[in-house]
Amino acid sequence: MSITADSASTSIRLALADKRKHRTLWGDAWVQFRRNRVAVYGLLLLLLIILAILLGPYIYRVDPRAINILESSAPPSASHPFGTDDLGRDILARCLYGGRISLAVGLVSMAIAMTFGAVIGLLAGYVARLDNPLMRFTDMMLTLPQIPLLLVAMSLFRDPMRMRFGLEMGAFIMVVSVIGLFGWMPTARMVRGLVLSLKQKEFIEAATNIGVRSGGIMVRHILPNTFGIIIVASTLSVASGILTESTLSFLGLGFPPDVPTWGSLLYENRNYMIKAPWMVLFPGLLISLTILSINIIGDGLRDALDPRQRQ
Amino acid sequence: MGQYILRRVLTAIPTLFFISFVIFALLALSPGDPTANLPPSLPMEIKLRVREALGMNQPMPVRYVRWLQQFMVNEPLNALEKATGIRIGDSENRLRITSWTARGKPVIDLIIERLPQTLWVVGLAYVIAVLIAVPLGVFSAYKQNSLFDQIASVIAVIGFSLPTFFTGVLVIQFFAVRLGWFPTLYNTTLRVTDWGTFIEQLRQMAMPVFVLAFFQIATISRFARSSVIENLRMDYVRTARAKGLTEKAVVTRHVVRNSLIPVVTLVALGIPGIFGGAIVTEQIFAVNGIGQLLILSIQSNDLPVVQTVLVIFSVLVIVFNLIADILYGILDPRIRYS
Repeated sequence: MSITADSASTSIRLALADKRKHRTLWGDAWVQFRRNRVAVYGLLLLLLIILAILLGPYIYRVDPRAINILESSAPPSASHPFGTDDLGRDILARCLYGGRISLAVGLVSMAIAMTFGAVIGLLAGYVARLDNPLMRFTDMMLTLPQIPLLLVAMSLFRDPMRMRFGLEMGAFIMVVSVIGLFGWMPTARMVRGLVLSLKQKEFIEAATNIGVRSGGIMVRHILPNTFGIIIVASTLSVASGILTESTLSFLGLGFPPDVPTWGSLLYENRNYMIKAPWMVLFPGLLISLTILSINIIGDGLRDALDPRQRQ
Repeated sequence: MGQYILRRVLTAIPTLFFISFVIFALLALSPGDPTANLPPSLPMEIKLRVREALGMNQPMPVRYVRWLQQFMVNEPLNALEKATGIRIGDSENRLRITSWTARGKPVIDLIIERLPQTLWVVGLAYVIAVLIAVPLGVFSAYKQNSLFDQIASVIAVIGFSLPTFFTGVLVIQFFAVRLGWFPTLYNTTLRVTDWGTFIEQLRQMAMPVFVLAFFQIATISRFARSSVIENLRMDYVRTARAKGLTEKAVVTRHVVRNSLIPVVTLVALGIPGIFGGAIVTEQIFAVNGIGQLLILSIQSNDLPVVQTVLVIFSVLVIVFNLIADILYGILDPRIRYS
C-alpha cells in the first residue's frame, strides 16, 4: 500500500526518486514505530499469540472436544500443560482452538465498525447537507446503553440465527454484527472532524481548481489522508471487539458453551474458579495479553503516524 | 447561561423518547410471552385472558403509550405518595409496570430493592477512582518521562487492558482463597446494624470495589495526564512563570484548573457507563444489584423488567450527558457562546 499525501507533488517526487532512496508515508511510520521499544515488544507478543493460535493445533495435536472423565479437573502437568476441565478436556487445546474464534470475532467486527465509521464520518464531513442528520444519529447511538443493550439483542435474536445458520456460524454472525453495529460511532466522529479540517487545505483547493469532481476528491484525496486515524482506531477496535465478545460469553450470552472461545471457556468454568483456578486463569490470561499487546501497538501506531511527533 | 441550559434540556427530551421507543420496539420483536411460565395444563382460554389483562393483544404503539404512561406518570405518582403519605387520586387502580415472573411484583419495587447494593459498590469505586486518578494523572504529567510517570503509565495500560472478569478472578484467588482476608462471595442477606456488621460489609465490598476502581483509575488518570501535558505547553503557562509566580501557583491555580475541565466532563460521562460495566463485577462477586437483576430477567424472559432497567440506564446516560454539557458551559465560557 503506497499512498502519497497529494498527487499534485507526485511528479516532483518522481524526478527526485532516482537520486534519493524512496521514502513513503508508511515507511516513515515504520521507522518511527521501531524506535518505540514498548510498542515493538507488544507487536512481538501479538505475533507470538497469533502464531500459536494458527499453528498450535497442528503441533499440539490434542482434540479440544475429547472427553476423558478419568482425568477430570487435573492441574497443569507435562501431559496437560494448562490442566483439564471438569470433563477432562484439555484446556490448552481448547484455548488454542478458542483463540481462532475470538480473534476472528475481533477482526470481522472491526471491519464492520470501520466501514460504517469511515463512510458515515466521510459523508458527514464532506457533504454539508448530511452533516447534521448523520451526527444527530451518531449522538443518539452513543446514548444507548451499550453492554446492557448488547446483552438483550443477543438473547432476543440468538435462537433464530442459530436455526438459520447453525450453532457456531449463527452465533458468530450474531456476535460480530452486534459488536460492529454498536462500535462505529467514535470512528465516525473522528473521521468527520479530520475531513472538516482537510477540506480547508490547499491541496483540496488545487484539486478543485484543476477540475476534479467532488466524488474523486472524496475518494482519492480525502479518504487516503484519513487512513492514519482509521488504522489506529481499527487496531483499538479489534481489542475492544475481543473484549466485548468475551464479556458477552462470560455472561452466558455470547457463544454457547460447546463452542470454545476464550470468553465461553471462562463462562463454562466459572464455578471452578476457586477449586481449580487454572481452568479460568489461562483463558483469562490469553484475553488480557492479547488486548494488552493490541492496545500497546495502537498507542505506538498513533505516535508513529502523528507527523507532529517526528524528529 | 439560562438559554444555553434550556437549549440542552430541549434537545435531551426528544432523545429520551426516541431511545425509549427503540428499546420498546426491539423488545416487541422478541418471542417472549408472559404466559410461557404458567403450567402447561392451564386451558388456552385462561392464557388468552392473562395476555388480554396484560394488554398484550393490543398493537405495539398502543402498548408503548400505555407503558410510557405507567413509567412517566403512574410510577412517579406512586413514589410521591409513598414519600409524602398523601393520597393522590385513585391510587389503588393506577396501573403499574409489573414483572412477569416475580409473582406480578411491580418492577420499580424490584429495582428499588437492588439499587442500594449497586450504588454502594459502584459509587464507592468511582469516588475512590476519581480521588486517586486525578492527582496521579496531574503528577505524572508534571514529571513527564520520569521513572514515576513511566511506572504509572505502564500500570495504566495494564489496568485499561485487563478485563474486569479476569482481575476479579485473580483478586478472589489471591486475597480471598490464598490470604483469606475477604469473603469469596457477597453475603446478600447481611444487614448493617452495628459496628461488627459494618466491618463485615466493608470487607465484602472491598474486592468488587477494588476491581472496578482499578479499571477506572487507569482510564481517568491517562486522560488527566494527557490533558495536563497539553496545557503545560500553552503560552499562558510561560506568562505565569515569567511574571514570577511560584511553581506551585502556576501548577495548581493555572494548569490544573484549566486541564481539569475536560476531566470533569469525562467523569460525568463515565457515571452511566459504570452501571453497565458493573454487570460483570456483580456477576463475579454475586452482588445482588441492578446488573444481576438485568441478567436474571434476560434469562427468564421477563420483558417488563428488562425494558424498565434498559430505559433507566438510558435515562442515566442522557441525564449525565446533560450534566456534563452544563458543567462544561459553566467551567469554560467559550463553549456557551460558540
